[in-house]
Amino acid sequence: MILPYFVLLPLLAAFLIALLAGKKDDWAIALSFMATLSILALSVFGFITMREQTFTYAMSGWNIPIGICLVQDALSLFMLFMISLIALTSLCFSVQYIRHLAQDWKYYALFMLLLTGMNGVVVTGDLFNLYVFMEIALIAAFALVAYGCRAEEYEASFKYAIMGGFSSSVILIAIALTYSSTSTLTLAGIAQALPGLDQRLVMWIAALFLVGFGLKAAAIPFHTWLPDAHSSAPAPISSMLSGVLIKALGIYVLIRLFYNVFNAPPLFMNLLLIIGSVSIMLGVFLAIGQWDLKRLLAYHSISQIGYILLGLGLATPLGILGAVFHLFNHAIFKSLLFYGAGAVEMVLGTRNLKKMGKLAHLLPITAGTNMVASLSISGIPPFNGFFSKLILIIAAIQAGHPVYAFWAILGSLLTLASFMKVQRYGFYGEVEHQKPNIMPGKLIHAAMLILAVICLLSSLFIVPGIREHTLDPVVDVINNKIHYIELVYGRAL
Amino acid sequence: MKDSHGMTPIVKTVTRVSVWLILLYGCYIILHGHLTPGGGFAGGVVIALAFLNVMLAYGKSFTAEWLNIRLLKDIEAASITLFLVLGLLGIAFGNAFLANFLGKGEMFSLFSSGTIPLFNIIIGIKVALSLFLVVWVLADIDSAKGGDL
Repeated sequence: MILPYFVLLPLLAAFLIALLAGKKDDWAIALSFMATLSILALSVFGFITMREQTFTYAMSGWNIPIGICLVQDALSLFMLFMISLIALTSLCFSVQYIRHLAQDWKYYALFMLLLTGMNGVVVTGDLFNLYVFMEIALIAAFALVAYGCRAEEYEASFKYAIMGGFSSSVILIAIALTYSSTSTLTLAGIAQALPGLDQRLVMWIAALFLVGFGLKAAAIPFHTWLPDAHSSAPAPISSMLSGVLIKALGIYVLIRLFYNVFNAPPLFMNLLLIIGSVSIMLGVFLAIGQWDLKRLLAYHSISQIGYILLGLGLATPLGILGAVFHLFNHAIFKSLLFYGAGAVEMVLGTRNLKKMGKLAHLLPITAGTNMVASLSISGIPPFNGFFSKLILIIAAIQAGHPVYAFWAILGSLLTLASFMKVQRYGFYGEVEHQKPNIMPGKLIHAAMLILAVICLLSSLFIVPGIREHTLDPVVDVINNKIHYIELVYGRAL
Repeated sequence: MKDSHGMTPIVKTVTRVSVWLILLYGCYIILHGHLTPGGGFAGGVVIALAFLNVMLAYGKSFTAEWLNIRLLKDIEAASITLFLVLGLLGIAFGNAFLANFLGKGEMFSLFSSGTIPLFNIIIGIKVALSLFLVVWVLADIDSAKGGDL
């Protein structure tokens, strides 16, 4: 059974780093690479061999409903693969970038705790356990956002902590309500008990969860913490936060709760549609006026999260397919964009687009990979963003929501406009630069090139023949809704 | 906290006696965690308070001589690593992570209930040192200059 190792390996690495690392960061780097590589290998192995099945793992040997169970299905393996892939490239990027700030092992210990928390949220099948892992990930994220130790970073981290604390309290109230009315915290058990309850209570619980996890996912009315936190963090952490944290803590939990536990109530599906389309439009409008590159990217995260919520709100198999596909694609190209911004910031010491200028000949690989990522996020074929947005738009029209399809198309055009601005001012502008003192090293280039290649390759996920083995099992898990109960209880011994 | 030489002799004398009683009580709570209310966390907090009591009464420089802070930091990291190793032993000798792999023993005796007392002791050490070191680090920060951890 591979399931507990997704949590154990990074956790063990985090504490071994604290124990073994002296003043230097060599041990920390080696241990964190080992842990991340092993969970990447485990998730690939798991997805290839076990994607069609659902397994549960009883912690301490206590079976549900007494103990805590971990659940492994196609959706959780897919998320684990995405998280470990981004974590690995982010570590590659970190080595030079963090040494450039300060040589310190604490960064890697916190990074491993962040990974532990996200993996824990994804593998657990218990609501309170999920809350605990979410807090582990969040507290590590607060510390990492403030890692640069400048005033604005402390401010962003503090804001993030306040908003995170608020959303966690809302979630805790919802968990308390759930526990008092269903007497169980196992997600499958809750799903089983919910239809027998007063439906007004169920709607209130669902609303509290929507607010709490909506805040984690930074959808539009709950987005205020994101632009500060994601733009102030060190670049590899921005890519972890924007690429996977808001998805593991926000979108993934929303999918699990609203599809597999609450059985996709139509009221909340409509709410997701509205929140999604508002996020698409407002996110991109807020992004287009920004001159701070990382802030612009952070606002685009809100807009792209809107696309995922839109697909989920449609609640048709095609909409879910588009949402899952866009979830993966956004993780890839948004991380790549943040690496580009981080490399430029490391070399020039600025994030202001007006001060960047002619960088294409100075940083050819950064400029090239940034172009690939910009084309992907704007939805230009043959890059992955085009296909996922196309599926979402077709799904919206098929489901009888042409208005939402229109918002998605308009949002995509405005995204293209704002990334033309990034290319025009950031990489092909007029400002000339001298040869800088510090240049991105091999590992940074490797991280960027890997993701740029995946931007192209993951378009293939949608090709018939490959789709059946990659995205369809994930869509089945979501689309089967509360069939989850039987799968979880059926495998429990 | 400025680097003072602590409080008055009255406080110091009382602390000299009481700190051992507090430590003893903390150890009692930890060791009887599987028999009575309390356990690793509650007992660990009591032990941390004993250390903090000394720090408040005698000042930081005395406490730094009395305790080896670097060693405490290492023990803290080692204790939680040991916790994970014990959990992994549960996979090796039992059937799941954190599973019990020792004999359950006689009910209500001090050496019973398998691995639970071991976990209680480890958690007690971890909580005691973590809480103490968090306050220690916070006390190090000079609010005027900002602090380096």
